[in-house]
Amino acid sequence: MIEAVRLQKHYGKTKAVDDLSFTVRPGRVTGFLGPNGAGKSTTMRMILGLDTPTGGDVTIDGKHYAQLSQPLRKVGALLDAKWVHPNRSARSHLKWLAVSNRIPVSRVKEVLEIVGLTEVAHKNAGGFSLGMSQRLGIAGALLGDPEVLLFDEPVNGLDPEGILWIRQFMHRLAEEGRTVFVSSHLLSEMAQTAQDLIVIGKGQLIAQTSTEQFIADATQDTVRVRSPHAAKLREILAAHATVTDDSVSGSLVVHGIPAQQIGELAAENQIVLHELSPQRGSLEEAFMQLTKESVEYHAH
Amino acid sequence: MTLLAVERIKLFSTRSPYWCSALALVLGVGLTAIIAASTDNGQLTLGVTQFGSSQLALSVVLVMAALAVTTEYRFSTIRATFLAVPNRTSALLAKTVVVAFIAGVLGEIIAFGSVGIAKVLSPASDLAINTSGEWRHVAGVGLLYGIGAILAIAVGILVRQTAGAVAILLVWNMLLEQLIGIIPKAGVKIQAWLPFMNANHFLQLGGDNAAEQAGAGIDFKLSQWGSLGYFAGVAVALLVVALIVAKRRDA
Amino acid sequence: MIEAIGLTKRYGRTVAVDDLSFTVQPGRVTGFLGPNGAGKSTTMRMILGLDRPTAGRVLIDGKPYTELNRPLQTVGALLDAKWVHPNRSARAHLRWLAKSNNLPGNRVDQVLEAVGLTQVAGKNAGGFSLGMSQRLGIAAALLGDPKVLLFDEPVNGLDPEGILWIRTFMQNLAAEGRTVLVSSHLLSEMAVTASELIVIGRGKLITQSSTQEFIDSATGNTVLVRSPQLFKLGPLLVDKGFTVRDGADGSFSVSGATSDQIGDIAAANGVVLHELSPQRGSLEEAFMQLTGDAVEYHAEIGK
Repeated sequence: MIEAVRLQKHYGKTKAVDDLSFTVRPGRVTGFLGPNGAGKSTTMRMILGLDTPTGGDVTIDGKHYAQLSQPLRKVGALLDAKWVHPNRSARSHLKWLAVSNRIPVSRVKEVLEIVGLTEVAHKNAGGFSLGMSQRLGIAGALLGDPEVLLFDEPVNGLDPEGILWIRQFMHRLAEEGRTVFVSSHLLSEMAQTAQDLIVIGKGQLIAQTSTEQFIADATQDTVRVRSPHAAKLREILAAHATVTDDSVSGSLVVHGIPAQQIGELAAENQIVLHELSPQRGSLEEAFMQLTKESVEYHAH
Repeated sequence: MTLLAVERIKLFSTRSPYWCSALALVLGVGLTAIIAASTDNGQLTLGVTQFGSSQLALSVVLVMAALAVTTEYRFSTIRATFLAVPNRTSALLAKTVVVAFIAGVLGEIIAFGSVGIAKVLSPASDLAINTSGEWRHVAGVGLLYGIGAILAIAVGILVRQTAGAVAILLVWNMLLEQLIGIIPKAGVKIQAWLPFMNANHFLQLGGDNAAEQAGAGIDFKLSQWGSLGYFAGVAVALLVVALIVAKRRDA
Repeated sequence: MIEAIGLTKRYGRTVAVDDLSFTVQPGRVTGFLGPNGAGKSTTMRMILGLDRPTAGRVLIDGKPYTELNRPLQTVGALLDAKWVHPNRSARAHLRWLAKSNNLPGNRVDQVLEAVGLTQVAGKNAGGFSLGMSQRLGIAAALLGDPKVLLFDEPVNGLDPEGILWIRTFMQNLAAEGRTVLVSSHLLSEMAVTASELIVIGRGKLITQSSTQEFIDSATGNTVLVRSPQLFKLGPLLVDKGFTVRDGADGSFSVSGATSDQIGDIAAANGVVLHELSPQRGSLEEAFMQLTGDAVEYHAEIGK
């Protein structure tokens, strides 16, 4: 479990992180979202003891990162895949990490196997593609078989197979009861990956909730209806709800009443339905809605 | 011990320490070889054999030690290091110990290697190491390298950038301390308290060719071992400052 | 329009692109997909005349890139946002590009405005974030007001607002009648961006079709049905030969039938429907199914 309590980080007058409190629970994948400059990286760095908070506190299972005697056995982190010496081989990189936390060196071979880098283990990390560096970073995070995992933009540079692999992998880690905390800008990807969300903007907490709840709260549910008797149905529904036409698919988009009620109205009036699908808003819509004010840099 | 093993793996899993060591060896021993080859057989003295090691090769070792830290900052592996070992002081101390030890060993190899090559090229010269002063002059090179490495690591931690750290170390060692001697009257007095001047003082052989040696003409207030202690004191003080800064600074 | 005809590229014994033919039509966003090492980048580079095909050819509006009189006014490309001198200002970077193709100087300000970089135009590109560099790259691609646009992983490094912006931007370019070809690994993003897809694997064409057809053809379609009278509807559907499975919280999952057919049956028998949603597979599922044996990741990293 990761707990931030009134966490603050100020650089001169700039408040990068401002009075931020949240809890990341075990057994779930928790997404960490926010526009550029929202303070995500700074927060992750404070969790890991790389940056010192100006105020407040962040702990991992009640302890500061710096108090962990063998931190890699407790916390695995992938913040930047390029934090590797380019002239050092993948194996050597993992080896010194393992030795530093008294992790048996045999584990290096195992994690290389898990991420599929066994064949290139002896090559210098400097020649790796972004996707391979990313896999090496993940291998490093897994080395100590940690209970808490932090990933910053893990799918960066991965191809579709790699993206699917890491998503399923994170789900598995969470199912095993671990705490998985992932930051990403790819909302359509996060919608499939994270069960819980922590959303920040301008260094402050915007929301901490389940992904489903987050979307439901910020977007309006609509129902897509197709019928051979569209005109008649439109008339009936207009008395209860807002109805708009979707000219591309020729269906009606209904706001304001649930699908169930539409179905009953149709049945009462003996109208044939060809489709009656409740439409959920997307994570992207919800995110844009809630972070509108905290985006630093707008395009036209 | 674990942390020392970590730093050993890190140091020897990249190529730059090998290159720097090879370069230091070639420069240190090579210069002696050139001098020996161009000096009449029988005229070579022990004091001359250590020009290469105590001046030229020392600079390379300083650069190597600084690189051991600055490349970690350059490639952000310092963050990976601090993630693995959040106790930054012990992580950096372990690095200092490993690098200083290797620098010391390298110093001994270069120093005795220089004497060896001089003996081969100028067999008639008296290059025997007998007195304690002669032993200090040759074997002391390793101590100098070790302490120099500590100082270079401290500079590396403080400056973080390779170019800056290397420039500071080279200008300081090879130019600044010499140039201060130009200041009338006071210059020589100041020089008596400059770290690298004291380092040279420690190595001074005394005897006939004392005037040719680096640091000659300065009225040192300390004994030769006192000078070494002073050099070490400066290096350690700088390292303490660097460790405190590294601990407080965001990684 | 971009046309590839029998396009082939060999590096020694390795065949990077193998007899590849496809057409990218104007007026829509076409996604260019494939696993790592499928030959996407090589193909993009051949379209732009950076690499020479071993065999076959690729034409832009009927001509090879190298024969275009004013290439920047025909094709705009964003291959790597970092191809900018870090100490040159954004405006200066665009000015020399404009000059090289005899484009009017005021076009520079227009494209800066279009991508939202006007306020930082005087700053050095080296200080730009990846998102801003990406916008600058797009500004450069737009300089010559080209009919054909190529983007390689355009959302790389962008934040959610930037991703939304560029998606809308590409769709607007297509709506203006331009040809837009986008390569990306982010399938969930491509599913909402591209209406047409070209999928390659091991240098060969796997399929070219609309995004919807691609998904439908590869994933089995089911319809989710909810009704207070499922006990009545279920047997009716089974009688028609459809497969009915119990779904989550009291729903049915019907395969073999379209939602239209189910709706008609329900209405004919007076069954009230609470939901009737066609379930579509994801682009990712479809992609994994179709490229399954074309993935050479493990072999690829072994190189």
